[in-house]
Amino acid sequence: MDLDQLILKFQQKDERAFESLYNMYSDSMHGVIYNIVRDHNIAEEVMQDVFIKAWHKADTYSSKKGRFFTWILNISRNAAIDKTRSKNFKKSKQNLDANFFVDILETSDSLDNKTDAIGVSKFVNKLAKKCIEVIELLYFKGYTQTEASETLDMPVGTIKTRNRNCIKELRSMVLN
Amino acid sequence: MDIKAYIESGILELYVAGTLSKKENKEVYNLMQQHPEILQEVLEIESAIIKLTASASQLKNNDSLQNIKQALGFNINDGSKVISITKPKYNWLTYSGWAASIILALGLLWTINQNNQLRSDIQISETQQSLLETQIANSKNSLIEAKNLISVLRDNNITQVPLAGQGHFADTYAKVYWDKNSQRIFLDVLGLPEPPEGKVYQVWSLKLSPLTPTSLGTIDNFITDENKIFEIENVNESEAFGITLEPAGGSESPTMEQLYTLGVVTSS
Repeated sequence: MDLDQLILKFQQKDERAFESLYNMYSDSMHGVIYNIVRDHNIAEEVMQDVFIKAWHKADTYSSKKGRFFTWILNISRNAAIDKTRSKNFKKSKQNLDANFFVDILETSDSLDNKTDAIGVSKFVNKLAKKCIEVIELLYFKGYTQTEASETLDMPVGTIKTRNRNCIKELRSMVLN
Repeated sequence: MDIKAYIESGILELYVAGTLSKKENKEVYNLMQQHPEILQEVLEIESAIIKLTASASQLKNNDSLQNIKQALGFNINDGSKVISITKPKYNWLTYSGWAASIILALGLLWTINQNNQLRSDIQISETQQSLLETQIANSKNSLIEAKNLISVLRDNNITQVPLAGQGHFADTYAKVYWDKNSQRIFLDVLGLPEPPEGKVYQVWSLKLSPLTPTSLGTIDNFITDENKIFEIENVNESEAFGITLEPAGGSESPTMEQLYTLGVVTSS
């Protein structure tokens, strides 16, 4: 089925369409959330909340405003960040900003868990550090171009072109 | 518009990341509708990002979807799989259950039947046994009687008195064995015909001078007795013995017309 049609059915509260979209995006969202919260149980809980929220506010999505993936990615990042700002969370976790998504790929259990991740992690480790930084901020953390340029201390235009080149490299690695 | 330069600018990567303004988003959307190569570029960027982010997913719980469905109130029990799995199980169990109970019932019936058969066999055997016991007892009695008779016949103290047929009844006969010591006689009446109905033989002890008959009694079970030998008490000093046919119950004095046999005691 065409993605646009699938999303339309999802917006009409079709349970099967919801399940299809869940299967397409849940791993990705879980990865983004886990990268932020760094706790298996909390990541699980937040990810479930995200899809429940998506179901309830499905009618607020419009393809004219952006990609469906981007829409749910936004919900996920915001939910995960909200979680890290809660009082209980702050007590137990510290210095999360120091971690990049590549840490996860370097740990052994991720390699045991997903065969797909093994393939991706092999390539990602070859990515230049400057690529990892910019991808981390723009996609995993949801930074704006300006925020990223401030964090990485480089011009806004450079962020844009560097990101373009890094994603190009990533595409050549993970897409056939 | 230079499509290639637009793609190379890196705006599409930011579009997927979600960092563009509303205005820019609308612009990219419109260009995607017009230029398939832009759409294709966006799809590839998105696909690469999805793969990358998914690779950071660790130990994702497979129950999550079920939890979400439950939270959203989806009809998660609609799975026809559940029914199709349990149904054959149910049928198999039912069939084998019925089969087992039928076999058990048949087995019970067979056992009950066997039991009844054996009980009936035992009853038949018991009846046969009691019949045989009766026969043995009868035989023993007969043997005792026979031995008794033999001992009587062999006894020297016994006086034998043959009774000869009289008048019309000349072809009849009888014999008396008189044991004077124990005051009894054994009367052998095998030579007499069966008495007609309503009549009985009556035995008489006689004194000859003057002729005095004394009744020794009637032979009531003449027909049923097998060896036709009767033991009768006799306290008289008999000189002769006679047998007459009398009405049932006997008579005061002998009916001489119906005198069958008569014998005189010869002094030894």
